[in-house]
Amino acid sequence: MILSGLVNTLSVRGAGVPFLATGDGTFWLPVRASEAAGTVDNLFYFIFWISLFFFTLLMALLAIFAVRYRRRREGEEPEPSPSHNLAVEVVWTAIPVLLVAAIFWFGFQAYVDMSTPPLDAYQIQVTGQKWKWTFTYPNGYVDELLHVPADRPVQLVMTSQDVIHSLSIPAFRIKRDLVPGRYSKAWFTAVRPGDYDLYCAEYCGTQHSSMLSTVKVLPPEEFDAWLREHSDILSGLTPVEGGERVYNVLGCKQCHTLDGAAGVGPTFRNLFGSERSFKGGGRALADENYVRNSVLDPQSQVVQGFEPVMPTFKGRIKDQEITALIAFLKSLSEHAPREEAPAAVGP
Amino acid sequence: MSTHDATTAPPAAGEANYLNCSHGFRSWFFTLDHKRIGVMYLASILSFFLLGGILALLIRTELLTPTRTLMSADDYNKVFTLHGAIMIFLFIIPGIPAALGNFVLPLMLGAKDVALPRLNLASYHLYLVGALIAVLSIVQGGVDAGWTFYAPYSTTTNTAVVTLTFGVFVLGFSSVFTGLNFIVTMHKMRPAGMGWFDMPLMLWALYATSIIQVLATPILGITMVLLIVERVMGIGIFDPALGGDPVLYQHFFWFYSHPAVYIMILPAMGIISEVVSVFSRKHIFGYRAIAYSSIAIAAFSFLVWGHHMFTSGQSELMNMIFSALTFSVSIPSAVKMFNWLSTMYKGSIRFDTPMIYALSFMFLFGIGGLTGLFLGSLATDVHLHDTYFVVAHFHYVMFGGTVIAFLAGLHYWWPKMFGRMYDEKWGRISAIIISVGFNITFFTQFVMGSQGMPRRYYAYVDKFEPYHVISSLGSYLMAAGFFMTAWYLVKSLYRGRPAPANPWGGGSLEWQAASPPVMHNFTDEPVGGDPYDYSNQAYDPALGGYVLRKTEVSDR
Repeated sequence: MILSGLVNTLSVRGAGVPFLATGDGTFWLPVRASEAAGTVDNLFYFIFWISLFFFTLLMALLAIFAVRYRRRREGEEPEPSPSHNLAVEVVWTAIPVLLVAAIFWFGFQAYVDMSTPPLDAYQIQVTGQKWKWTFTYPNGYVDELLHVPADRPVQLVMTSQDVIHSLSIPAFRIKRDLVPGRYSKAWFTAVRPGDYDLYCAEYCGTQHSSMLSTVKVLPPEEFDAWLREHSDILSGLTPVEGGERVYNVLGCKQCHTLDGAAGVGPTFRNLFGSERSFKGGGRALADENYVRNSVLDPQSQVVQGFEPVMPTFKGRIKDQEITALIAFLKSLSEHAPREEAPAAVGP
Repeated sequence: MSTHDATTAPPAAGEANYLNCSHGFRSWFFTLDHKRIGVMYLASILSFFLLGGILALLIRTELLTPTRTLMSADDYNKVFTLHGAIMIFLFIIPGIPAALGNFVLPLMLGAKDVALPRLNLASYHLYLVGALIAVLSIVQGGVDAGWTFYAPYSTTTNTAVVTLTFGVFVLGFSSVFTGLNFIVTMHKMRPAGMGWFDMPLMLWALYATSIIQVLATPILGITMVLLIVERVMGIGIFDPALGGDPVLYQHFFWFYSHPAVYIMILPAMGIISEVVSVFSRKHIFGYRAIAYSSIAIAAFSFLVWGHHMFTSGQSELMNMIFSALTFSVSIPSAVKMFNWLSTMYKGSIRFDTPMIYALSFMFLFGIGGLTGLFLGSLATDVHLHDTYFVVAHFHYVMFGGTVIAFLAGLHYWWPKMFGRMYDEKWGRISAIIISVGFNITFFTQFVMGSQGMPRRYYAYVDKFEPYHVISSLGSYLMAAGFFMTAWYLVKSLYRGRPAPANPWGGGSLEWQAASPPVMHNFTDEPVGGDPYDYSNQAYDPALGGYVLRKTEVSDR
């Protein structure tokens, strides 16, 4: 694996070195997929060229002095020269002051624009939790991916269920922390249909680096159609399929496996209908009511051998969805009573 | 003032000096001699640098592949937490002041010791206690909260947070005591004739650093206590469910931790001022500007902590104020660079190892400082915050800045401290290997970061793999350079050429003591004067160093 990474790095494919081919981005920056990205990038390059100019100047002088004034004989003493010069010192203080003032000003201006959403922005609610993103659309539809219309301001209203997370979309040049107990906001206007990476950018534990999602920018008409089609999370699906959808979209899969492997939470395989033992004593049969209770009040009955880390889904899951989930769990378990399902989906 | 015969040789190596004047563990562990305390600190911080460095190599090795290479995600998170905590609290904060400052400060003042020798020893003992407590957290299974311990993750995670934060709390006292001691010593023990503006710039640097240590460290201490109280008693200071504010933690933490970075860089700049002047054999350019800029940096450092929190939810107004103030701190640092460069102009430059490190410093700190502009500017910071761009920036200033300057100082004062010259050829080779390896490791990370690669990531998306591979290979090269350095320095202790009192031609007073000094520092009262005036020295080839020219009794 390491070797192939090395080979990847060292080989030159086509016109350029592979790792520079980051889509339509440049050497330094990813593709500009939002309206604000252009302004941010201009500022980046403004700072970059000023820095490069002065750095090159200073290092050139360093090299020239090092060569020109090198000591040629032991004990050689330099010609006397002044050890201060007010005029020079004032100038070389004033010029940087003016330059950084300019950098500050442009940065501040661009930032104010990025912090001031238009009043008619399309609002999407974002919930971060360890270790998953959930996006809730105005009509109540919930998804794990962030679909947005192009050419329309979108505002994200965000909060965390547990620790501080941070929503980062490099292609849009935006980033904002999600803090538990309050709402934070970010806005953008996507200008380029396509898929873009969305990362968590505030360390949040074990799976911080897999707390990823994708921003799918759709042309406006396509977005409306997409939303209409997907709004009913369960529409057109059997209860078992619907339950599987819930499993994927609402975050269960981050911690519960389907194949019996150990995860942060108990595996769903053979869970339904089994006998559960809890921390602190007590046992119960994993029936329909048990499942409902686990989803809405998970800390009340924590299975032995696991930590009390599951958040509650109260307010975030509909009753219909819990019912579908129950059907899904039954389909994964040998202990469940065999029901005649219209479209048989095996475990 | 006494005259000084140009042909007087310092006491020969092997005669009684501070290293051999007494033996046994107790004579070291309970010493009041600032030089022995400095050497013990040096040994300790280098040991922790080794530990922190090994952790860094583990991180870089894990990141060679986009998924699991060596360890689990939880272990990786513990490794990067420990790397940060050890490097910051056990190596770089005590670093130059404790290991080198303790040694040279009294000597530069022509004094026998610091003002408060027992406080000095207490400082070292507290350092050891704090370090051991911190390291105990490893035995307890490690900590995975990041060295920044952001709440509520740090208040809820099931790892040994209390142990590590308590260790940090104890270490804080060590830092405060050192700072206090230096301030008192500089106020009270300057010799007659040495006004503030007659001091070497290293002392101005240590003074400014000490102010920060004394004023800022208590904030860190209290913040650690609050974290512990929150974890143990669940009071709710940072817990929103109980009416607390997680972002408040960030304010408390960064109120110390931003000034802390100036604790790290100011002494480094002090070393560079000394080395560049001595190895150019020219008076430092802009002495007053450098002296004032050190104090200005210390003062301004307290006003900019919010630039770590631009995306935290802090108000736009606060963000603007912090951004503006952050740029103001960049100016004194830039001015120093220009002053050092001007010192080289029309000098007579020798490229001994300390000077190679000083030149490397200017290159690396130049990049580190300039990349700070991208981060101080609000709009670009939003994109770059919490990416590898930040990781690269702080490694360029802390490592390319402080550690490189520390190496410059270590090589500069090594003959004085141990009475031995190291192998100059290997010194230069290692300096170049370390500098080249450093750039490969960390420049790549700037590009990765501006492309969006977040920090503290155990796994990453495939497109970042080539950057990580290059960066990791650079780190192995750097490590090789460090092992070489350790090897020839240790070797010099046994086989190095005995050092003259003043191998480099330094003008500050420590160079008038023997190499190594006698226990009470000076056998003859040192001759005062401008520490950057080299005209009163002559090179003596027989000695392999510089001596004071025969002078009349001066009226200085």
